[in-house]
Amino acid sequence: MPEFRAGGPAQVEYLQELVDAGLLVRTGVHGVYARGGSFERVRLHFDALVTRTAAPESPEPLLFPPLLPREQLERSGYLGSFPHLAGTVFAFEGDEQAAAEQLELASQHEDWSGFQTMSDVVLMPAACYPLYPAIAARGPLPEGGVTLDTGDSYVFRREPSDDPARLQIFHMREIVRIGDRDTVVEWREEWRERAVTLLESLGLTIDLDIASDPFFGRAGRLLASAQRGQELKWELVSPIAENPTAIASSNYHQDHFGHTFTLRTSEDEPAHTGCMAFGEERVTLALFNTHGLDIQGWPAAVRRQMEL
Amino acid sequence: MSEEIRKIIQEHGRLALDASTLSAGADLYQAGMNSHASVNVMLALEDHFDVEFPNRMLTRSVFESISSIEAALTELRSEAAVAKDV
Repeated sequence: MPEFRAGGPAQVEYLQELVDAGLLVRTGVHGVYARGGSFERVRLHFDALVTRTAAPESPEPLLFPPLLPREQLERSGYLGSFPHLAGTVFAFEGDEQAAAEQLELASQHEDWSGFQTMSDVVLMPAACYPLYPAIAARGPLPEGGVTLDTGDSYVFRREPSDDPARLQIFHMREIVRIGDRDTVVEWREEWRERAVTLLESLGLTIDLDIASDPFFGRAGRLLASAQRGQELKWELVSPIAENPTAIASSNYHQDHFGHTFTLRTSEDEPAHTGCMAFGEERVTLALFNTHGLDIQGWPAAVRRQMEL
Repeated sequence: MSEEIRKIIQEHGRLALDASTLSAGADLYQAGMNSHASVNVMLALEDHFDVEFPNRMLTRSVFESISSIEAALTELRSEAAVAKDV
């Protein structure tokens, strides 16, 4: 079993309040909830607000299902950086006898993994992953690069917790910039201002943190140190149940995906990539935590901004 | 030792320029080594010099130049020599 990341008392209590209010519904698995009541309405209205905010740069929508071809995960380096978070789809390919044995074990809740075979898909680890090979397949980038919009893509992280802000599956909305170095660096700086303004307009308290991803193992220590030292990741942090929580973040991958997926600029150099990501459930949780569980009682300015 | 380090950087560092033109103190990250390439450099150094960098050395500052890498390797080798003596 993966490490269980226990929430603090305030987080566990907030989860129970959300369940009692019908905003989240437990499934029996930590970090996997149904969304009830007005939870989804708030999330979708926030998603629409991101669309309006990004509209001036006319990002190209490129929406993938929440499955990634396994070959792309293998090429991406994800299993080096985050093997502990990945989810792989296995499926049954046996005969009737094997099916009967699998059923027998499964009905006793015993281990039936021996009857499962790795498939050619994995669960989507981050919304932007499928974009890079798709854009690379078009050939060199047009001059000035491209800006893309993943839509509200479901992504999976294997880290069970009873902190409602740490879900195993959630919606990540990413705007992604692909171009030369200066283009991507400048774009990220513009989005830093834009994203802070956007979230503060919803009445949220926002701090900007230089951060690192939860890289795995010894190589991960060096990756995290390099990421911080070069300020390749920043997060917008807001309290959820008293816990400062990253509700949006921006990563600059330098030319990692450019090299990995042979993504070339119009000058035939490896492309640089960067993304602006919003964790939509976390934004929604921060909003309910800040303004109360009943939308009717939210400040008029926030409701107007979200068109609620 | 610095020439061996330079060769490993040339092979694994994915620099935007030729590693033979670098000064010992030049910033490798500035020279185009990204963080994933720095991991490959780290693993290649461990393999070549038969050492294991401890956690405290798995930082950006240790891998930012030929001279900082050389200092870390020298420290590890002297620790290993001391360990052998006792």
